[in-house]
Amino acid sequence: MTYDAMRHFADSWGLLGMTILFLAFVAWPFRKGARRRNEEAANMIFKEDEHG
Amino acid sequence: MDSLVFKAGGWLALALVALLAAAVAVDAPFAVHMLIAAAACLIALWATVSRADYGALARGLLKMPADEGVYDDDPIRWGVIATVFWGLAGLAVGLIVALQLAFPALNLNLEYTTFGRLRPLHTSAVIFAFGGNALIATSFYVVQRTCRARLAFPTLARFVFWGYQLFIVLAATGYLMGVTQSKEYAEPEWHVDLWLTIVWVVYLVVFVGTLVKRKEPHIYVANWFYLSFIITIAMLHIVNNLAIPVSIVGSKSYIAFAGVQDALTQWWYGHNAVAFFLTVPFLAMMYYFVPKQAERPIYSYRLSILHFWSLIFLYIWAGPHHLHYTALPDWAQTLGMVFSIILWMPSWGGMINGLMTLNGAWDKIRTDPIIRMMVMALAFYGMATFEGPMLSIKAVNSLSHYTDWTIGHVHAGALGWNGMIIFASVYYLVPRLWGKQRLYSLRMVNWHFWLATIGIVFYAAAMWVAGIMQGLMWREYGADGYLVYSFVETVAAMHPMYLIRAAGGALYLAGFVIMIVNIWATLAGKVREEKPMTETPYNAAADRPIVAQPAE
Repeated sequence: MTYDAMRHFADSWGLLGMTILFLAFVAWPFRKGARRRNEEAANMIFKEDEHG
Repeated sequence: MDSLVFKAGGWLALALVALLAAAVAVDAPFAVHMLIAAAACLIALWATVSRADYGALARGLLKMPADEGVYDDDPIRWGVIATVFWGLAGLAVGLIVALQLAFPALNLNLEYTTFGRLRPLHTSAVIFAFGGNALIATSFYVVQRTCRARLAFPTLARFVFWGYQLFIVLAATGYLMGVTQSKEYAEPEWHVDLWLTIVWVVYLVVFVGTLVKRKEPHIYVANWFYLSFIITIAMLHIVNNLAIPVSIVGSKSYIAFAGVQDALTQWWYGHNAVAFFLTVPFLAMMYYFVPKQAERPIYSYRLSILHFWSLIFLYIWAGPHHLHYTALPDWAQTLGMVFSIILWMPSWGGMINGLMTLNGAWDKIRTDPIIRMMVMALAFYGMATFEGPMLSIKAVNSLSHYTDWTIGHVHAGALGWNGMIIFASVYYLVPRLWGKQRLYSLRMVNWHFWLATIGIVFYAAAMWVAGIMQGLMWREYGADGYLVYSFVETVAAMHPMYLIRAAGGALYLAGFVIMIVNIWATLAGKVREEKPMTETPYNAAADRPIVAQPAE
């Protein structure tokens, strides 16, 4: 792959792929039904008993 | 017994190899480094031989496996002590170089103590020794607690700790002897870089091994931040340090890149060292220690995920803003600037997430000096991540670049954000790791807080004034079209600001010394008799029902 071809790929499909990936990752915890899991995850650090 | 002989023999063989390399070294610093490596091998040999349980070996007993029901905290305790030790060294050298800038005679006219050699000693000591030890220690602490599992590979975890200390010693002694590859924040030469690569990969193995062992189904978000730090730093370190040594037994090497490619690789590394060493893993500290100290969950777990992915996807592109108005193509400069400005949003989202964790418990800022430090750390995180994007704008950068404004910006972030969150985390960890009832003194934490805060204010304010003045003097043209000021005139004009900066640094160091006294006394098991941070307000006269009074 030449540098030129790589640049064109990065500017088009690469950019699109990264954007979709980013939006998917970010949207995932905001999906319906994730609320309970998020709350559980946020509170899990309090389950431990220090040096238990 | 066989394995003990094999281990001891291995250390001896490594020591001999290092001695051989020292004997045939082509330059003195390399020989010194190999002698240090040989000494390290001999210390490891001594520890192996002297700590073996010969009674058990003689009776043919197998070593008892570690108790999986207890967290492996030894390397974390060492890490906390190392953090405090290297912090003192790094801050003290910082004060010395600040004074050298005000009084050049303080370089003692010795090559070993010139500014050019002490400056990387200061930056590496505070970033990699002070910050790095804090990160390794807290990551081992947090990953065990949030996975509810004992650290994987205990031997490798100990290797990570001691190997990292050896890296620090090699880097620091190298700087003093003038060994540098002249890349900012990546000054150590090729042989030290290779050693760090080994240590770092082992660190990754220990961390991922512990994640794999986890008893909790979900991996807590702090571990995402730590893991991305370990992986990204490995990638940055390896690519930026690709070099060809002149001799396999010499300390000089040449970087694989040249010209503007080298510059861009350096600042791709350099800015992401700021991002993935000084920001992302410190946010991991925030996402664990702030909720724990405040005893309430993070304000929004969803926002923390958004924060994470935004930093991962955006930070890696921001590096070119270090190369405005250079030979770097214009589009790349603009790209770096745009991504830096976009970064403002997730950074503030994360700061708000941390601060809002205290929502409904704001009184803790008044009553708990550790929470107070955390809040100040987050405030400086917000301030630095606002100032950074602003400085990355080309028009602003044309004034600020190469001036002391940049130094002020770095120190607002490093002293305010990184320093304060490390102090708070260390104060959180010390009583827990050593099984003490509480810290020796909370009042002294409060003193530390105020000395550090006032120190930063002096530092940052002095550097803003110095930097903007310097930038304006450099670009001042007279009516005849000539520059009005010579360089040395700008240096002379900044002298008062340099004194104020050194005073600020001295205050910050004084606060740190108070922390050492406090931790020392805590470890000694002392508890200071002192007035509590808050009294329960009670008015006995008002605390009674109203009884109807008959009219007069």
